[in-house]
Amino acid sequence: MSYIKAENINEQSPWQEMTPGGEIYEGGTSRLTKTGEWRSNRPVWDPQKCRQCLLCAPFCPDSSIPVKAGKRVDFDYDHCKGCGICWKVCPFEAITMEQEVHQ
Amino acid sequence: MSIRERLSGNEAIATAMRQIDPDVFAAFPITPSTEIPQYFAQYVADGKVGTEYVTVESEHSSMSTCIGAAAAGARAVTATSSAGLAFMYEVLYVAASSRLPITLACVNRTLTGPININNDHSDSMGARDAGWLQIYAENNQEAYDNYLQAMRISEHPSVRLPIMICQDGFITSHAVENILLESDEDVKKFVGEYRPEHALLGRDHPLAVGPYDSCPYCMEHKVQQAEAMKNAKKVILDVAADFERTFGRKYGFFEEYRMEDAEVALVLIGSTAGTAKACIEKLRAQGVKAGLVKIRVFRPFPMEELAQALKNVKAVAVMDKSEGYSGCGGPLFAETRSACYDLDNPPKMIDVVYGLAGRDCAVEDIEKVYRHLLKIVETGDVGPRYIHFGQRSNQKEVL
Repeated sequence: MSYIKAENINEQSPWQEMTPGGEIYEGGTSRLTKTGEWRSNRPVWDPQKCRQCLLCAPFCPDSSIPVKAGKRVDFDYDHCKGCGICWKVCPFEAITMEQEVHQ
Repeated sequence: MSIRERLSGNEAIATAMRQIDPDVFAAFPITPSTEIPQYFAQYVADGKVGTEYVTVESEHSSMSTCIGAAAAGARAVTATSSAGLAFMYEVLYVAASSRLPITLACVNRTLTGPININNDHSDSMGARDAGWLQIYAENNQEAYDNYLQAMRISEHPSVRLPIMICQDGFITSHAVENILLESDEDVKKFVGEYRPEHALLGRDHPLAVGPYDSCPYCMEHKVQQAEAMKNAKKVILDVAADFERTFGRKYGFFEEYRMEDAEVALVLIGSTAGTAKACIEKLRAQGVKAGLVKIRVFRPFPMEELAQALKNVKAVAVMDKSEGYSGCGGPLFAETRSACYDLDNPPKMIDVVYGLAGRDCAVEDIEKVYRHLLKIVETGDVGPRYIHFGQRSNQKEVL
């Protein structure tokens, strides 16, 4: 029993060095895990068409549209699942959905 | 100094709960455990406990309430039987895998269907693989004593697993027996406070409980659970030793009754042990070397210890008070025969499935089982290994 930090647990960790029941003792640990890898559709942002209305960011269910200094920046593809909600809500067609190409 | 009383098994459990004064009781009634939340509701109404008494709409919810409360850092309890336990099935696993020490008073009743309210062990045996500790009682005294030991086992940092304290529905839950109670003060002192290292409330660090466990991690957590179950063996004996020092009553993984020179023996669970002991005395008076192993701790299963207890016996009948529908015997038989596999000279062994859905089992019934074992010893012929006993039949049955 201890306070093992999430950043110290990875796919090579032996069972003895993991927390009981997978408990997590800190916040924001989802940043450590790339959950966007299984995306099949990829939103693509066109900054030329974007008017920075910021409608897309709060609609994103996975907080994958970062907003910095009052303006959205490009997608966080490590966590975007490609659900397409941002594409649907964008009034200016500044987001298009493309087939994801996996290497 | 113990207090002499006479209580039903349900009242004994409710009394233990009152003395421990848990933080949360999630209550939903089902026969024959209904009296436990009923008595406890009175304690709440009378201000005898400080417990948050949560009445819910189902057993799935009562166990979910316990899980939430335990994750928050509370000592959470509930009681149930039969279909109520079955309705908890999904969340029993969540409690165990989240490593939450919840105490469940299970008053054993047959699992529907056909629908029936009487005693057998099919409800808790159905949950035997859920990752819960399981301790069974022969009588009201043992139900009380097991309950007093439950939380110290379950909450131990090397264990952290939920626990079922089982007793036979009606036979012990509703029969009033003489009992030795301990004082509220002594019970509170023995059980102690629950101070989890991690909890959702009242701690200076955040906590997430039960997160999604992807393939690269989930098996490691299940191995941790399996290790915790193994660790529980030492804790169970340590707590029992302290219980004996404190209150004078001795407990182990199982009770060996007249096993010192036994040639024929039964292995069984629960109230039938009393009947078997009476039969053993009768047979011993006739020179029959009969013995009994009454299993108290079924999870973790005391495999090596049971094998040692049976190694000098010539023939054993495992008495299963539940049908596993395996086609080859009940759950206690599977464990017991597996335990004896590593012996150089294992006893001959049969499974007697009996007492289903409240079918009575009297001293003369037990005697038939011992006589059958004596015949096996005499002839060397085991015959059918998987036998039902007590049912009507239009053909000659083994027993």
